[in-house]
Amino acid sequence: MSAILSFACFHCGLPADGHCARVLIDGRDEPMCCPGCAAVAQAIMDSGLGDYYRTRSEFGATGDLVPPQLALYDSDPAVAAAGDAVFSVEGLRCAACVWLIERRLARVPGVLAADMNVATERLSVRWDASQCRPSDILGALKGIGYSAYPYHQERHDAAREKTRKTLFRQLFVAGLAMMQVMMYAFPAYIADDGTLDADMGALMRWASLLLTAPAVLYSAQPFFRGAWLGLRQRLPGMDLPVAIGIAAAFAASVVATVRGEGEVYFDSVTMFIFLLLAGRYVELSARRRAARALEQLQHALPASARRLTGWPASADTELVAAGQLLPGDLVSVAAGDALPADGVIVAGSTELALALLTGESRPQPRATGDEVPGGAVNISQAIVLRVSRAASDSTMARLVKLAGSASQAKPRLAQWADKVAAWFVAALLVLALAVFFAWQLIDPARAWEIAIAVLVVSCPCALSLATPGALAAATDYLLRNGVLIVQPHVLETLHRATHVVFDKTGTLTEGRPVLRQVIPLGGAELQRCLQLAGALEAGSTHPLGLALRKAAGVVTLQARDVHNVPGQGIEGRVDGVLYRLGRASFVGALCGQALAPGGVYLGSFSGIVARFELADAVRPDAAAVVDAIRARGQTVVLLSGDDNCTAQSVAAELGIATALGGQLPADKLAYVQQLQRGGAVVAMVGDGVNDAAVLGAADVSFAMGGGAALAQLSADCVLLNPNLAVFGLAASTARRTMGVIRQNLAWASVYNLVAIPAAALGLVNPWLSAVGMSLSSALVVLNALRLR
Amino acid sequence: MEALYLLVPLSLCIVVLAVWIFFGAADSGQFDDLDGPGARILHDDDAGPSGGI
Repeated sequence: MSAILSFACFHCGLPADGHCARVLIDGRDEPMCCPGCAAVAQAIMDSGLGDYYRTRSEFGATGDLVPPQLALYDSDPAVAAAGDAVFSVEGLRCAACVWLIERRLARVPGVLAADMNVATERLSVRWDASQCRPSDILGALKGIGYSAYPYHQERHDAAREKTRKTLFRQLFVAGLAMMQVMMYAFPAYIADDGTLDADMGALMRWASLLLTAPAVLYSAQPFFRGAWLGLRQRLPGMDLPVAIGIAAAFAASVVATVRGEGEVYFDSVTMFIFLLLAGRYVELSARRRAARALEQLQHALPASARRLTGWPASADTELVAAGQLLPGDLVSVAAGDALPADGVIVAGSTELALALLTGESRPQPRATGDEVPGGAVNISQAIVLRVSRAASDSTMARLVKLAGSASQAKPRLAQWADKVAAWFVAALLVLALAVFFAWQLIDPARAWEIAIAVLVVSCPCALSLATPGALAAATDYLLRNGVLIVQPHVLETLHRATHVVFDKTGTLTEGRPVLRQVIPLGGAELQRCLQLAGALEAGSTHPLGLALRKAAGVVTLQARDVHNVPGQGIEGRVDGVLYRLGRASFVGALCGQALAPGGVYLGSFSGIVARFELADAVRPDAAAVVDAIRARGQTVVLLSGDDNCTAQSVAAELGIATALGGQLPADKLAYVQQLQRGGAVVAMVGDGVNDAAVLGAADVSFAMGGGAALAQLSADCVLLNPNLAVFGLAASTARRTMGVIRQNLAWASVYNLVAIPAAALGLVNPWLSAVGMSLSSALVVLNALRLR
Repeated sequence: MEALYLLVPLSLCIVVLAVWIFFGAADSGQFDDLDGPGARILHDDDAGPSGGI
């Protein structure tokens, strides 16, 4: 058996039992795990594309025999008529896939050109609309195991890509100009006085001027635009001194060239345009990487869905755009596909990957009747889903909206940084002017050069660039782990918090009871008591019954004539004896004994058998989280609406010193306000729905759980992951973020305190200041990226 | 020395040419995918159908 199990599918690498199809590849019969893979492999071999298997570095995508109704795309006028479209291709594993796809498409009649890009997973195809339809192309791709769908270019994606491309060109032009201008500047540097004749000098200067002009007019545009925007908003940013530096150096050089006397700085100008642009390019790619989680969220909802037309009578489906789904529609979701909208499972049970929604990496089992969020990926079985909300207000859409609005708002820290940076820049401009006039008196020939060096060397980047960068990287990291930050101030306030208040027992407990203790009272064995209880509760759906059944394990006894008395308990016969299980009064009536209330009793005519103590179970990770909070020197408080006894027992188990039970919302509010009057900064963790007032009063609030309740949440931060440990993660990330911001501010202070006076004293050349400034920016950005 | 009066303008022309070629290459998507072409060259296109060699 083990020998057979050790086969791996030659195509996709999944275990193959060796019984399914085999395909002849390079003269050998290779095992396949399923007919789908076999069909794909056969198609690849039949098309003469066996070379794919010789050069691939990863296994292929698992084949899928179900042909989707790709014809839908034929009616999409934007795609079909053009004869030219970009498709997103899923399932790319390695570069060999590219070859396979391009070769396969080249054999589709009517396809003129196919170009696959591995990096972006996009395929651009040109075809002759009279000979071939988009569905032929998608069908051909499906045949070799790749899913493709028309790529709908979102406007912001395109705009961002354009920015990157433009920046790359500007960088190239600046680099070329820099190298060439250096050549022309070289003779002037090495020539002794008088050896470079005036005509030759003028030639070099004019050539430099011609090359520097495009660098200044084209490549330096981002700086001039940034400076102008900053001036218009009356918030001069770091672009302003750079722009002034470039403009001043260029203007002075042009004047000197035209008049034929004075210093020219063309080499310095092109050099710092190049260096600063290079820094900006690095920063832009870093920022893109930092925003990846949000981007994944935005692309999580599939573009199309399979709507069931006649279910349950028939399983016919039609392919529709996911955006057209209406509440009540039934859709079929195959294994491996993402759920197109929020809904309830009507048929089938499966496991869902909710990683994008909650950060939970393990697949979660879901069965018929469960509500499931759109964007989750169906892993194991095909299911039928009744759509409960249109895609536009699905959980995922709301998440994206919340995350998007949070990323637009500026945290106080960043606002403060912007303000300080504005003052810094203003002071710098004054300083540069002062330095210029001072050097006019000392050495007029160097005045320009030194003033420019002062403008360029300063780096307010840690203020205006690294602080938001660190916050963005941290926010993204947390989002990937299931913490959605809605209000921008969360990280800084959480770091300052002195008290962490859990505002419900339910935030620390599972929310369902478990058996804590069995006290046999009638001489029966403990195991026998559990078996009896398990037998009586065999058909129960009551939470207490479920807890007892779970504790009993495998029940060998059988109960007959089981009768459920709502609100009281359950009775039934086991081995002919009538037992009652439930409240003290209910069981006491049968036993003829007065029992103390509290707990669940089991008894018969012959007397009481046992008492079961059940209580809400503490979450397995709660203790670690509470300990971690205390270790940071923060006080943990539990405010609970449950009775004092329950609150105290949970608090005792977790080692929480302050626990108050029986608290009404008004009491909680008063308590939090009292803490705040004492100077405390309160972080509050609640469920976010019933306790809006208290959460609103706290300095920073966390709501547990997302899902359907997301719309009514009134918290600063949502813990999407049901695991409490993510709260600990949020707290530690807040600390690390503040640490990184402090390091960046410290670095910026030291750098500017050293570099600006050095430049003012004429110790730093303009080109050296450009190097310093670029390195300093890169350093703070990379430091911020450590948070990812 | 006089040669420089020809060579310097010529070098300017070459820079302009280089920029023009670069822009053309960028427009045609040369820099969009820097991984794929390196792997693509490893494949032979002349293997016949069904099993190749």
